[in-house]
Amino acid sequence: MENILTLTNLTKEFGAITAVKNLSFTIKKGNVYGILGPNGSGKSTTLGIVLNVVNKTSGQFTWFDGNTSTHDALKKVGAIIERPNFYPYMTASQNLKLVCKIKEVNSSKIEEKLEIVGLLDRKDSKFRTFSLGMKQRLAIASALLNDPEILILDEPTNGLDPQGIHQIREIIKKIAAQGTTILLASHLLDEVEKVCSHVVIIRKGMKLYSGRVDEMNASYGFFELKSNQNSILKEWIAKHKDFKNFKEDQKGKITAFLAHELDAESLNRQLFKEGIVLTHIVKRKESLEEQFLQLTNNLK
Amino acid sequence: MLRLLHIEFIKLWNNKSSKFLIICYFGLLTSIALFASIKFEIGFFKFHLADSGVFNFPYIWHFNTFIAALLKLFLAIIIVSMVANEYSNKTLKQNLIDGLSKKEFILSKFLTILALSFISTIFIFLISLILGFSFSDYNILDAIFKDLEYLVAYFVKLTGFFSFCLFIGILIKRSAFALGFLFMWFLAVEFLPYMYLWSHYSKKLADTIYSFFPLGSMWNLIAQPFTRLNAIKSIAKQVGEDVTYDYIVHWHEIIIVLIWTAIFIFLSHYLLRKRDL
Repeated sequence: MENILTLTNLTKEFGAITAVKNLSFTIKKGNVYGILGPNGSGKSTTLGIVLNVVNKTSGQFTWFDGNTSTHDALKKVGAIIERPNFYPYMTASQNLKLVCKIKEVNSSKIEEKLEIVGLLDRKDSKFRTFSLGMKQRLAIASALLNDPEILILDEPTNGLDPQGIHQIREIIKKIAAQGTTILLASHLLDEVEKVCSHVVIIRKGMKLYSGRVDEMNASYGFFELKSNQNSILKEWIAKHKDFKNFKEDQKGKITAFLAHELDAESLNRQLFKEGIVLTHIVKRKESLEEQFLQLTNNLK
Repeated sequence: MLRLLHIEFIKLWNNKSSKFLIICYFGLLTSIALFASIKFEIGFFKFHLADSGVFNFPYIWHFNTFIAALLKLFLAIIIVSMVANEYSNKTLKQNLIDGLSKKEFILSKFLTILALSFISTIFIFLISLILGFSFSDYNILDAIFKDLEYLVAYFVKLTGFFSFCLFIGILIKRSAFALGFLFMWFLAVEFLPYMYLWSHYSKKLADTIYSFFPLGSMWNLIAQPFTRLNAIKSIAKQVGEDVTYDYIVHWHEIIIVLIWTAIFIFLSHYLLRKRDL
């Protein structure tokens, strides 16, 4: 598969602080990637480096297998970082016209892209009159102008109200469905979980994991159980070979982690045979959030 | 190149205050023509500027370029803010992400400087030509196209000054502070030390040293034209002052300003390359 972006041992130091440390990963065409990490983990710095606004200290990155210069490659990229930056005194369509000039693409697609983000009726309003959600949507329209090979989004829903967040997510899903490669940096895990197929997890500038989301933790999931005979239930779980371990919270809910495959029906049946009656049974897989916390905590 | 100019044009022309200042600037340039109507009548003393020989060819090239160059401060505000605003709006960052290289960014600003200086030069050429034809005592072709080097000096002077503004805009990143810095530079680095050298040593030493400084070298390009007027000369003679003055545009003066221009553009690019945004 075609490589879109390759990072090799990328490092960035701000004085004594190392924001990005020996980071390497590859973005392949057609996948939706998430870069996950807590605030200040180096996500934005990494994106800043590959987007030509932050100077790297050492290491390398290449766009499109290194056949083009960075600024030419960026003409085939759509990117939104942190806050939408446009000329406040210009209207939406004037701003987009300028972007077309910079990217050297025809300005015929301006209306089409404004339509996608639902701003067509505001195309002649000045940028400074826009709400944050509208500004962010305009930024997406601007990033789409060149029908990019890859769309880079850095915290696209930061600071938006629930409606705004929902709108942005819908737009991202729509774009992903068209087969555009997406790189989404976020500290919001459910956001990444909902749209991404691959994930790169970084913490303190170092890579913890990169690969498919579903292979991140080879886990069989866990059960949440409740019963009026909790002490017998715990004894039984402790002896059962299909469970690794378990914990109980104050409300008496037992979370039991699986070591082998086991479905809810057969567990229920076995327990009933033992004379243990459940009042609550749920089988779940670890959410990305739980896996993420496990991963990031392991390093402490 | 046209693409870069066009990009900058979109940014400038859609900004109301830049547009206003540019129109004001060219309006003021045109108003040099109003000098023609200056008339004083104090008792027996009658003075009509247009009759005093100010608009004679080829002297008019010298006089008009000198006066017009004083107005460059108007455009300086535009140059400084067109750079500093890119920082404060963070649009510089967005431009780079959209695929403009840092070199192209500086180049688009520099081309705009060249274009503005060039238009201003053409403008002053046309105004002088019209004024000269209306008021000059002699309209022989030789006289008309003599001393056109003042126009070259004018163009170089504007380009040099605006490049200085561009560099300060990139260095300071805020338009108000950048203009303050420009003023402080003029006072603290050039004007006051110059005055000090003049009063404690000699004017010659001060002139020589400051002909190598940015603003000093730009000022030197077009010498003051007043003492060249016959009227002023005769007054000066009466009070016993000898005003032989070097009015010629020297090649070395042009080269010094061109070197400064190159230094400013290079430093701007260097700063932009080194900085993280």
